[in-house]
Amino acid sequence: MTFLGRDPIDIADLAARVSDPGHGGTAIFVGTVRRSPDDGPVVAIDYSGYEEMAESELVQILGQTQERWPGARVALQHRLGRIVVGEASVAVAVSTPHRAQAFEACRYVVEELKKRVPIWKKELMEDGQTRWSDDGDREEAAK
Amino acid sequence: MEAIIQIRCSLFARYAELAGCDSITVDVPEGATVEAAVAAVRERMPNGEQLPDRPMVAVNLEHAMPGTKLRQGDELALLPPLAGG
Repeated sequence: MTFLGRDPIDIADLAARVSDPGHGGTAIFVGTVRRSPDDGPVVAIDYSGYEEMAESELVQILGQTQERWPGARVALQHRLGRIVVGEASVAVAVSTPHRAQAFEACRYVVEELKKRVPIWKKELMEDGQTRWSDDGDREEAAK
Repeated sequence: MEAIIQIRCSLFARYAELAGCDSITVDVPEGATVEAAVAAVRERMPNGEQLPDRPMVAVNLEHAMPGTKLRQGDELALLPPLAGG
């Protein structure tokens, strides 16, 4: 299975991949490249990864998600390469019989991805400067 | 006498940029720990002194601890702070 790609993420396709007649709840998380006052004038981010390991970690995360929420259907796509502000870098879709599990499982996948999957980002600024992002908002975002 | 093994250490993102290459190969004794191999990489890699004391590491595509022992053929990787998502 391939979770990583360089093309724009097709969110409708991701949702379709988890569709199930017995599932009444689908949660979709979409992470987008943003511009914020703290980050400075970011225009795009170059994403790179240790791709073989990233794929392997994602297989494990999805497996663990299905152990915790049996029957859950999960689809995930993470984009690599240059992504401009406003475009999606990651999307996760989870469907379960009821909404509570879908929200929980979707969040679990995103948090585990942030903790474990070897992907990096280099921010490109308006003035042409670049900066490796440490994701200082990681802890903040997890709250 | 201990056998010497060659360990190839992959470098990514800012570490690759720091070193100016994407891998460094080091010789360590069979059974050496990840910590010892990382020390050898630090010695050998351009700007190695700028690596953190205990960088995050992976062995054979799995997150690994400093005490993990290495064998011939193991793939070591130094992982800068993760920033996926």
